[in-house]
Amino acid sequence: MAEAQNSPTLDSARAGGPPSVGSTTAGSIAVAAAAESTVATRMSAPPSFDVADFPVPHGREEEWRFTPLERLRGLHDGTAVATGAGVKVDVQAPEGVTVEAVGRDDARLGRAGIPVDRVAAQAYSSFEAAGVITVPRETVLTEPIRVAVHGEGGVAYGHQIIELGAFAEAVVVIDHTGDAVLAANVEYVLGDGAKLTVVSVQDWDDRAVHVAQHNALIGRDATFKSFVVTFGGDLVRLHPRIAYAGPGGEAELFGLYFTDAGQHQEHRLLVDHNTPHCKSNVAYKGALQGEGAHAVWIGDVLIEAKAEGTDTYELNRNLVLTDGARVDSVPNLEIETGEIVGAGHASATGRFDDEQLFYLMARGIPANEARRLVVRGFFAELVQQIGVDDIEQRLLTKIDEELETVSGSGR
Amino acid sequence: MATLEIHDLHVTVEADNATKEILKGVDLTVKQGETHAIMGPNGSGKSTLAYSLAGHPKYTITGGTVTLDGEDVLEMSVDERARAGLFLAMQYPVEIPGVSVSNFLRTSATAIRGEAPKLRTWVKEVKEAMQRLNMDPSFAERNVNEGFSGGEKKRHEILQLELLKPKIAILDETDSGLDVDALRIVSEGVNRVRESGEVGTLLITHYTRILRYIKPDHVHVFSAGRIVESGGPELADKLENEGYEAYTTKGGVSE
Repeated sequence: MAEAQNSPTLDSARAGGPPSVGSTTAGSIAVAAAAESTVATRMSAPPSFDVADFPVPHGREEEWRFTPLERLRGLHDGTAVATGAGVKVDVQAPEGVTVEAVGRDDARLGRAGIPVDRVAAQAYSSFEAAGVITVPRETVLTEPIRVAVHGEGGVAYGHQIIELGAFAEAVVVIDHTGDAVLAANVEYVLGDGAKLTVVSVQDWDDRAVHVAQHNALIGRDATFKSFVVTFGGDLVRLHPRIAYAGPGGEAELFGLYFTDAGQHQEHRLLVDHNTPHCKSNVAYKGALQGEGAHAVWIGDVLIEAKAEGTDTYELNRNLVLTDGARVDSVPNLEIETGEIVGAGHASATGRFDDEQLFYLMARGIPANEARRLVVRGFFAELVQQIGVDDIEQRLLTKIDEELETVSGSGR
Repeated sequence: MATLEIHDLHVTVEADNATKEILKGVDLTVKQGETHAIMGPNGSGKSTLAYSLAGHPKYTITGGTVTLDGEDVLEMSVDERARAGLFLAMQYPVEIPGVSVSNFLRTSATAIRGEAPKLRTWVKEVKEAMQRLNMDPSFAERNVNEGFSGGEKKRHEILQLELLKPKIAILDETDSGLDVDALRIVSEGVNRVRESGEVGTLLITHYTRILRYIKPDHVHVFSAGRIVESGGPELADKLENEGYEAYTTKGGVSE
């Protein structure tokens, strides 16, 4: 039996304060009898590796309507030309891991997914060499693979594949720093029974623009766990997409973002349950502060007619710390079969308002510490699941630093 | 001995683009060990007095003084007032998403006491205080006031009172919305703190019901933004029988 819960709520009403300027929390569950899928068809063009197959977006398309195109610095209309000094990529991998740079004729490219919008196709059409990191079958790494992507101020297009052979296990930390205008595709290919944990940190300088499509193809009985952590950048738009290559696959998709004044941070997810007996669990949490901070979260889950025994849940929570910030949160669940274990979603946007601050201060807690308490508490359950000590510590430190900026400018 | 002295306190609030004077010259002295009941009709300004003393930003002090042991309370920020020994049990405590009761209590106790309480004794202290208030241990893991019933919110306020041991406790309509059982449990909590003799209590209430459980030394009638009559416990009996009518003919002000 289908078991769908639809519980979008606007917590700010209960928290006592008015919602921040124009934030939206929408949600829909569609139960379709036919194979007609709106999640799949509402993209304005079919997937393609060729940028010429996509018209230049004008901003009213469903997939672009939240994104300020004028801040993409030309990634969407062909005017952003790759410069020599784009990004520098440094890979540190434990023994046994193969790290290669290959051309676009390499047969391993494009297996996990096809670009679904113009910027992703532009990246595919424009990259010079693709990086391929391979963990051979049955290899269990005890140290993380670390990929440092450092922006050197220019325009760059990238393609990265991370492949785990059957029953291999690895943790990959991808760290984005510096300043760049970067469009990329990242592919995760998991063999049967493989276990991959990816932590992708977007800790860009304030001017950076980063648009990427992440495709994961999860093998039979394989487990994919991902943490997408976005702090920096002028505009970051990430599009993680999940599909399953066999039954028994599991995806845990966690995200954490801290959107400051003027920043646009957009996370669009698609989990395509195209295979029976697979699981997915999505939990993204964001804090926002400052004038013009804009976070967008789109959570699309499609349960195809053949995907019996699916178990899926997705959640998005936002904490608005100051006036002037905006959240658009849109979970969509589309179900084509009733023969599933469970499916549901929840989305809520709440405010940390003056009454909460007063309450904590009235118990002796200074204002800065009160904010830290609330935001750390809000993120803690996600951070604790990362399981990579130095990354957990760094994230907590980073959250504290972000909070210092608001307490300095605020009350 | 700690003493809170309020002298000729005037307070205004901004409402509907107009400035409205709510407190019109309040004089009151509360000493450690004493219990003062402030009673008055709705809209008389009782809650404004409570929130003004705690430092809520909504209220503007336009005249008068408030001192705690000679220190100027009005110069202090909200958290400084709490650390100086003022405690306000709120009528409508707000929800704090993402912050557990146990984390909140410990952070607060650390701030008030000036050092983190030793973990082992602290856990015991909290557990025992919760038991005395008939609170389930699972309460500590819930988020502050999130999904609490009216009675749970008030117990949580009194739990903080017991743990933070202020010099002056202001209880703003702690009795409102409680059934008899909850009222008894909450009152017992307040009485335990009072019995220490180390707290001065300012009990703000609309009803005389709570005064059957918490015996005041002094009763003040509040109307139209000031204290209009003061007396001993017998004044409460008079209010019980006659109501506030005698005091409201001059017209109240809204809170």
